[in-house]
Amino acid sequence: MNKTLGILGWGAVALLGAVAVAVIAVRRGEPINALWLVAAAACCYALGYRFYSKFIAVKILALDGLRATPAERLENGRDFLVTNKWVVFGHHFAAIAGPGPLVGPVLAAQFGYLPGTMWVLAGAVFAGCVQDFVILLFSVRRDGKSLTEMAKDEIGRVGGFVAYAAVISILIILLGVVALIVVNALKSSPWATFTIAMTIPIALLMGVYLRRIRPGKVLEVSALGFVLVLAAIWGGQYVSQNVELARWFTFSAPMLAILIMVYGFAASAVPVWLLLAPRDYLSTFVKLGTIALLAVGIVALHPTLHMPALTRFVDGTGPVFAGKIFPFAFITIACGAISGFHALISSGTTPKLIARETQTRMVGYGAMMCESAVAVMAIIAACVMQPGVYFAINSPAGVVGEAPATVAATISSWGFPVTAADMQALAHAVGEQTLFNRTGGAPAFAVGMAHIFSHSLGGETLMALWYHFAIMFEALFILTILDAGTRVARFMVQDALGHVYKPLGRTSWYPSILATSALIVASWGYFLWQGVKDPLGGINSLWPLFGISNQLLATVALCVATTIIIKMHRAKYAAVTLVPLAWLVAVTFTASWHKMFDPNPRVGFLSQAQALAAGPATSATARLIFNNRLDAAVTGILVVMVTLVLVESGRQWLGILQGTREARIKESPFVRTQLAEEQG
Amino acid sequence: MKRIISSGRTFMAMLREIFDEAAYARFLDRAGMASSSEAYAAFRREFEEAKVRRPKCC
Repeated sequence: MNKTLGILGWGAVALLGAVAVAVIAVRRGEPINALWLVAAAACCYALGYRFYSKFIAVKILALDGLRATPAERLENGRDFLVTNKWVVFGHHFAAIAGPGPLVGPVLAAQFGYLPGTMWVLAGAVFAGCVQDFVILLFSVRRDGKSLTEMAKDEIGRVGGFVAYAAVISILIILLGVVALIVVNALKSSPWATFTIAMTIPIALLMGVYLRRIRPGKVLEVSALGFVLVLAAIWGGQYVSQNVELARWFTFSAPMLAILIMVYGFAASAVPVWLLLAPRDYLSTFVKLGTIALLAVGIVALHPTLHMPALTRFVDGTGPVFAGKIFPFAFITIACGAISGFHALISSGTTPKLIARETQTRMVGYGAMMCESAVAVMAIIAACVMQPGVYFAINSPAGVVGEAPATVAATISSWGFPVTAADMQALAHAVGEQTLFNRTGGAPAFAVGMAHIFSHSLGGETLMALWYHFAIMFEALFILTILDAGTRVARFMVQDALGHVYKPLGRTSWYPSILATSALIVASWGYFLWQGVKDPLGGINSLWPLFGISNQLLATVALCVATTIIIKMHRAKYAAVTLVPLAWLVAVTFTASWHKMFDPNPRVGFLSQAQALAAGPATSATARLIFNNRLDAAVTGILVVMVTLVLVESGRQWLGILQGTREARIKESPFVRTQLAEEQG
Repeated sequence: MKRIISSGRTFMAMLREIFDEAAYARFLDRAGMASSSEAYAAFRREFEEAKVRRPKCC
């Protein structure tokens, strides 16, 4: 009876999923309701989790509930700790959720809602969730080893070195890109800048409260900080309306870039936990709350998507970023479908908290499904806007011009009607001077989110508050990534330099702290400055670079996973990681080729350098040419490094399959768990 | 009802873990200290290095 009900129930889920996907894929020329995307996502995730992840858990990984995990064997009350599975799940999700799944889908919406949605769903179920799940399990079976250590142990020294270099590169490119997103969101916006500036005294107040008044009561003080931030958002409108005050909080993009670099250096080099730790908590509080609120808002309000399923820009002529749907849709949306960076979290804190191997399925596969759901929400937020408005916000001045009438005429000529008056009214409604040329994805996401919420909570009168709430939410947690990322990169560089000269490796030696902090900030600051000065808005060149490096790290993670699966004598199931690996290699190598050598100057770095050299020389020309060549070189180096890992891995696989190489895996020995049954 | 209470407790435990309240409680337990300004400062000193080494995702 139960079995029959199960078959009927899952059959109904499959049927609903098929209908929802068909509606998304087949409808043309008329708006569809966002609930179809929600239904398709829910059904795909449910089916993927119930059947595909179970298949992987049983047939390939053979999860063993009786095997003691490092959290049990090495428990020390600090890093290694047996933890409730839901608590680990929440902890893992909070660590993997960042701005990527919000920004990438918003940018990729220039192709229409269909490509992004399909990639997010298929990519997550068959690649991203699988990567996070298997890497988590393999790390659990190796005492919580990191991806770089596993790459070194299982593939060889080349694998370890490349994984290390890829992590550093990604961190630097990522920090430059996310800093650019903040700059584009805050430039010429006194309201937004005031709100973010106010988080500094609020965080200091929280720090004093935590230290002096109620030590350790973080949730309590975060709730208090959140109320104060809401008050700052409310107060921001009065700042923007007062000419004198507005002047104090109005910054150009270059000035904001300098301020952010100074902030990044101070956050890395100065022990300022009184500011940074409370801001980190506040950011997490806002992030989790906003994601939950957005999910409830979309389901409750089920808005209509105005963006077409496919736009004319699938041909590569898009204004947001240049490049054809393949491969650029698949590197623009990274974190919502598959992100190499997640492999670092899956082999970082999380494996040290898992109580039983069987929980890795829920934590690894399940948390990535939630991340993917966030990406679906971002697609919806971008596509509820009228397409003309979306393109007016996201198109750089270098493509559509600067004068409002020119921008509106250009975008309308593409078949997406918009007027300068519409945009002026929208800017006025959200409390901004202008919304033209606000590239980077954050302002567009904020407008979409404000649009969704203003239709229920407070109406049009609260639109400006919702918009600035969304901007604050994105900027705040991007800034926490900037300071955390700079410190992580600084530690990695110090670790490496310690092999050359011992004192440089000491994390408490101030000359080393200052030098490595300056090195890291200068590196990502260079990319940020390049983006700020780029006539095409910076996102056109930097976001693909970030996407390529992130997906190349996923390639390394999948190489590690495939190698271990083959060593486990499960080669007949290796397609589970090998197919996503092959797809990622195709995507990233094609994208890299285009970014380096495409003859279209809007796509290829080298052809853009060539076009600049052939054009009229200005004071910035030499710098722009150098930047393009540098970006091409960075892309090339990343591709060469990952090729080395692929070759090294391929040699391992062939050797094992042909019997010329011993399949020796470096797992910790089996120890039977002593935990009571209920902790499973 | 029991299930709701249990879910609520788990949710709070999750938040306490994410926001490091649970780590602070474990620190107090391990160090045999009562919560105070000094204890929290000591916890931050011990915890900070481990925490800043953790990557945050994009």
